[in-house]
Amino acid sequence: MTSLANKIQDVFNEPGCDKNQGKSEKERKKGCTKQLAPGAAAGGCAFDGAKIALQPITDVAHLVHGPIACEGNSWDNRGAKSSSSRLYRTGFTTDMNENDVIFGGEKRLYKSIKEILDKYDPPAVFVYQTCVPAMTGDDIGAVCKAASAKFGKPIIPVISPGFVGPKNLGNKLAGEAILDHVIGTVEPQYTTPYDINIIGEYNLAGELWQVKPLLDELGIRILSCISGDAKYHEVASSHRAKAAMMVCSKAMINVARKMEERYGIPFFEGSFYGIGDMSDSLREIARLLIERGAPAELMERTEAVIAREEARAWARIAPFKERLTGKRVLLITGGVKSWSVVAALQEAGLEIAGTSVKKSTKEDKEKIKELMGQDAHMIDDMTPREMYKMLKEARADIMLSGGRSQFIALKAKMPWLDINQERHHAYAGYEGMVELVEEIDKALYNPVWAQVRLPAPWEETSWEERATKALEAEAAALVADPERAEEARRAKKVCSCHNVNVGAIEDALRADGLGSVEAIGGATHAGTGCGGCQGKIAEILDAMSSAGAIPASKAA
Amino acid sequence: MALVKHSKKSCAVNPLKMSQPIGGALAFMGVSNCMPVLHGSQGCTSFGLVLFVRHFREAIPLQTTAMNEVATILGGLDNIEQSILNIVKRANPEVIGICSTGVTETKGDDVDGYLKSMRQRRPELADLGIVYVSTPDFKDAFQDGFGKTVTKIIEEFVPRYEESPQRAPARVNVLAGCHLTPGDIDELRDIIECFGLEPTFLPDLSGSLDGHIPEDFTPTTLGGVTKADIARMGTAGWTLAIGEQMRDAAVALEARAGVPFALFDRLTGLGVNDDFVAFLSKISGRPVPLKIRRLRGQLVDSMLDGHFHFGGKRIAIGAEPDLLWSVGSFLAEMGAEIIGAVTTTKSPLLAKFPAEEVLIGDLEDLEQRAEGSDLIITHSHGRQASERLGVPLFRLGLPTFDRLGAAQEVSVGYRGTRNLIFAIGNIFIARTHEPDAETWRQDFQDHAHAGAAAQSNQLVQIETIV
Ligand code: SF4
Repeated sequence: MTSLANKIQDVFNEPGCDKNQGKSEKERKKGCTKQLAPGAAAGGCAFDGAKIALQPITDVAHLVHGPIACEGNSWDNRGAKSSSSRLYRTGFTTDMNENDVIFGGEKRLYKSIKEILDKYDPPAVFVYQTCVPAMTGDDIGAVCKAASAKFGKPIIPVISPGFVGPKNLGNKLAGEAILDHVIGTVEPQYTTPYDINIIGEYNLAGELWQVKPLLDELGIRILSCISGDAKYHEVASSHRAKAAMMVCSKAMINVARKMEERYGIPFFEGSFYGIGDMSDSLREIARLLIERGAPAELMERTEAVIAREEARAWARIAPFKERLTGKRVLLITGGVKSWSVVAALQEAGLEIAGTSVKKSTKEDKEKIKELMGQDAHMIDDMTPREMYKMLKEARADIMLSGGRSQFIALKAKMPWLDINQERHHAYAGYEGMVELVEEIDKALYNPVWAQVRLPAPWEETSWEERATKALEAEAAALVADPERAEEARRAKKVCSCHNVNVGAIEDALRADGLGSVEAIGGATHAGTGCGGCQGKIAEILDAMSSAGAIPASKAA
Repeated sequence: MALVKHSKKSCAVNPLKMSQPIGGALAFMGVSNCMPVLHGSQGCTSFGLVLFVRHFREAIPLQTTAMNEVATILGGLDNIEQSILNIVKRANPEVIGICSTGVTETKGDDVDGYLKSMRQRRPELADLGIVYVSTPDFKDAFQDGFGKTVTKIIEEFVPRYEESPQRAPARVNVLAGCHLTPGDIDELRDIIECFGLEPTFLPDLSGSLDGHIPEDFTPTTLGGVTKADIARMGTAGWTLAIGEQMRDAAVALEARAGVPFALFDRLTGLGVNDDFVAFLSKISGRPVPLKIRRLRGQLVDSMLDGHFHFGGKRIAIGAEPDLLWSVGSFLAEMGAEIIGAVTTTKSPLLAKFPAEEVLIGDLEDLEQRAEGSDLIITHSHGRQASERLGVPLFRLGLPTFDRLGAAQEVSVGYRGTRNLIFAIGNIFIARTHEPDAETWRQDFQDHAHAGAAAQSNQLVQIETIV
């Protein structure tokens, strides 16, 4: 087994990952690499994920070894901000040509590293592996080692070629790279009892700076943020922190857990989104630091800051709350932080009309359910048309999502707010919450909506009316024709990874009397990809067994 | 006349170039009811998608064959078939356009052969148009992928005629290179229609990516040229190829169906548009309409007004060959000096370019050449260089992700050329420095010092050399 395969295996065995709990040994080995359906997939690759996780380190050169596609089509498109060096925004790539593919690209890579060191003199170079050189067998680990030895600078291989899996796998492989080659290689100049790491925060839109002033005020030092606005030496000496906070759910859980294992740094999982979460996170930081020997008075000071900041934030939100109460939000993040955003929105009086849990872990989903009540409308995989329908029927007043789905909302002439990576506004901490509420208010009450919804005077019916009619006609046809309704019900997709619909699962249940989610997976592959639909399969199973379709003995 | 050079560097810094397959995908986006697909790993599609979304500010149809590590070893033919079946099931397009990537070209499957055998096995797909283009990432650039794709679309959909068919003289084909925006295409359509001609654009991004509110949501392209329109291109009277990148496609169409073509390598500037308009007048047999005569007059007037601000200005441009040629040539005609020209791929136009040198390189190269210039012209990624050098940036080309309306910018025709003069001229005007009482005062004492310092520097240098 190659070392990359070992690494991936290791990441999949992550005990800190909830998805892995409840998986058998064999299942765990298979890992969570989604078998993507060709022609029906979306999302970034593992290389993308690795770059997202490490590019926020600002003073190093990030060199992408591969053909132009990997860097040329994507460089400088992420919103991580820096307080000093701008080098991280420079796009470096070996831009492999045909010769490099045929004869190997190691020489070009080595020369590229030298050119970068000569011209830009960074403290380190991160070298990212991509698909083509991984296929042709370029050993970037060996090249980095040789270059490190020759030039006397750390040259870090980040081995996460795109085709090994999705973005979140890349996040973790990036974490492995810094665990193996960076963290613990430099001693800090001095340490204090107030040193913490913040892991998995990328300082998008400058969000770290919405939080940092409060930590500064409390005398808490961010020894290293991994990786937002970080410098190389900070990451390298982060092993001397007293405690750590892990942000953003599971993106870099392996880093937090292994730093605890190797260096005895305890961590907690927290969020900077939402007033309550922000306060909890500050408390947790103080608590862990005190546990590790900081004076107990830190907690009093922390509580004082929390009280002051909460009061201030509520006072600033109060004027909006009246205008926003009862407004319904459709939240499509496609990310793991759904639940922390949900909490934040509810604080402003908004109701959640639905949220995407496509990439959320089971625990995330539980949190959403807890926050929104049992009847949370979870939108696993809305088609654009369904999304439009939902917005249209005014079950939602505004949609919050990533850049890609924005046009669905905008073309339906509905307010929309960007909350993904490329967003321009910062929503962290108390400041960020106020900003988010302001932005939602601005979007909702912009007079432009009334204007753009006006039909042209010469149009007899607007396209919206026609679309609505078509939708209504469709619904009526279903009601009138039970056979077609049944067909439509059965055609509803359950498992996106393997394209399995309700009907196929029910048929399998009936024919084979399968009694468990696993057995259904064995027969139909449903739920064996990302596992995101297992809840739905369980529901079908429940419904069928209570309806008596399966012999009781088998319905375990 | 320029010396064409290749960058000697191993490492590209701040790429100007984008990959060939997404150029191909863009061409497919100008075909109606089409689903473009990249045959590769999912990341390649994801990056392309984000790039187009940010530039056009539109939902973009683009799929992937989702090659994982195992598939790349075993070969991707199965994934192609699966993709086609899945896309037909989910989106039911009229055309599926597939571009290969580095990942699938490294192994190199015979996709065309496979598609043939798949068609035999699956008669139910008989009506589906499938176009496959070989566009490895590790060769050529965006513009090349676009050009190859247009050629392949013609080869797939235009029937081959043994004898020259009956022609419809009013119908003209317009092969529109990727240096044209949807706005440019609309402008050309207006001009051509003024002569009573009926243009068919291939590809036609004006219908699909021009930013309109659609009737309904479709997962495939909206608008664009239909497969049936493309099939009829063989019986048109003429083909107008816009941009050198369209030459191969024009030649292919001529070879299949005998349609004569005229190639216009640029349509920004006065003389080139005179030729274009005169040609339209000739093939249509109609005099040049009053409207167009007036536009010409307005362009001449704006050239007169604008030349004060362009004369002697030092400009650095980074763009793909056809765009570089169009805009750079015109700026030179306005009296500006092109002190740096960087491009992405080879083209016969480069040697004719009005600069001392054209470099196939990156934005680091452009930045070096832009030092002390009055203006940088390139896509949005020039923003960092512009900031560092304190030289204004005029955004041109794809991607333009930090300005509104990139898809509607018009720089072709008399009107488009006039727009360009205003947009760039206004940047120069905004940068004019007001003189003050000290502007022309010479401080002789300081100069003496500076001179002495320079001298001693020289001495030091000589010492170190010795
Ligand atoms: S999938 Fe592979 S080739 Fe494509 S962008 Fe990602 S790393 Fe590059």
